Amino acid sequence: MFRFLFTVIRRDLLLAARRKGDWMTSQFFFVMVVSMFPLGIGPEPEMLRRVAPGVVWVAALLASLLSLSRLFADDHRDGSLEQMLLSPEPPVLLALGKALAHWLIYGIPLLIIAPVLGLQFSLPADVIGVLMLSLLIGTPVLSLLGSMGAALTLGLRGGGVLLTLLILPLYVPALIFGAGAVDASLAGLGPEANLSLLAAFAVLTLLVAPWVTSAALRISIE
Amino acid sequence: MSFSIYKYASPMTFYGLAGRLVPWFAWGSALLTVLGLYIAFFMAPTDFQQGEAYRIIFIHVPAAWMSMFIYMVMAFWSAVGLAWNTRLSFMMSRALAPTGAVFAFLSLLTGSLWGKPMWGAWWVWDARLTSSLILFFLYVGIMALWSAIDDHRRGDKAGALLILVGAINVPIIYFSVKWWNTLHQGASISLMKAPSMAAIMLSGMLVLAIAAWFYSIAVAFVRVRGIILERERQTEWVKELLEKN
Repeated sequence: MFRFLFTVIRRDLLLAARRKGDWMTSQFFFVMVVSMFPLGIGPEPEMLRRVAPGVVWVAALLASLLSLSRLFADDHRDGSLEQMLLSPEPPVLLALGKALAHWLIYGIPLLIIAPVLGLQFSLPADVIGVLMLSLLIGTPVLSLLGSMGAALTLGLRGGGVLLTLLILPLYVPALIFGAGAVDASLAGLGPEANLSLLAAFAVLTLLVAPWVTSAALRISIE
Repeated sequence: MSFSIYKYASPMTFYGLAGRLVPWFAWGSALLTVLGLYIAFFMAPTDFQQGEAYRIIFIHVPAAWMSMFIYMVMAFWSAVGLAWNTRLSFMMSRALAPTGAVFAFLSLLTGSLWGKPMWGAWWVWDARLTSSLILFFLYVGIMALWSAIDDHRRGDKAGALLILVGAINVPIIYFSVKWWNTLHQGASISLMKAPSMAAIMLSGMLVLAIAAWFYSIAVAFVRVRGIILERERQTEWVKELLEKN
């Protein structure tokens, strides 16, 4: 069972390693969207510090959606997705493995870039730590929820925009608690409450999302 | 002959039943709307705190109730459809969605019209307003998903999954005024205790709520009849029906 899960994850990591262009696009998108905000709203450090949590988090949502639209599309086009669903292994594990691989490929780099962006927005060091922690707990949620949308919109025309429309409303709790944790630590309140709620939401999605994704995949393939 | 609900799970028999029921609900809704609006504008007294503007709640509250209730009904039919693969359940949830979206929009619109004189702002980002806005987004997303999928069987099931995932938002809206300290006021009406509003105001609101129910049922039945005809167009009974008219 776990061998199948690891195989799915390793396969996606390998594919990502061989196609670095796709991988870089999403990361640079994240950096560029965040960098647009100081240009748009002005460079005062005080204001930038106020908006930084929300800006970084919204950019992370958009960056994950950008890469999610292709989560199953390539496998669907060359038929390997159908073969994997036909295999005797449970499709829930396929869905879980795909989402985890997406998190490793696209979520973890966001964590590593985030401190640099935090410095651009003149966040103090301890707040940057909280930002990274909130992204560490929150980005799996983005991958898991997004995989549901990717499976539902598989092979549809205008799938990318549609995915955004379906999934952004579901991202709202992650955005509120994630950005809220950073906000609270900026205000000196301590981020524990928001981080706990974010972690609870992450556990809930981990329990529900793989099942929904596998059901959606079966609907999309039949 | 024993009565069976399964009989009406067939689109053919339900088509006839819905057709017979539509005029009743449509006229019922029209009469109740007139009665309710009469109570709201001529019989209900002016509120001593909020003045005349409070009368918006006679539209706002029924619309907000319906937007949540219709979503739950859609979630129910989606669950039934996914569990037993009944065609009519999916058709019902498709027929209900536009009405639910209209009510969700209406509740946001009337809420903001009420908010301007009362709170001094068209919009505030409190928990209930935000979660109602998300409900409206969910309706839009579901309808967008349906319209993007040409194969209606795949569309039915994909939409049903999305509806069920989004259903978690409805209790959040409902309890938001209890869980969070919001600007939006708490519930004035509850099953557990006496309502904290004048009886005449309450009756006007309830009459309009029932009118909204009847309207939703009538419109959904008209829409579901259209969907049934479209999907069953290759069957004999539809051909006969069309030739007869």
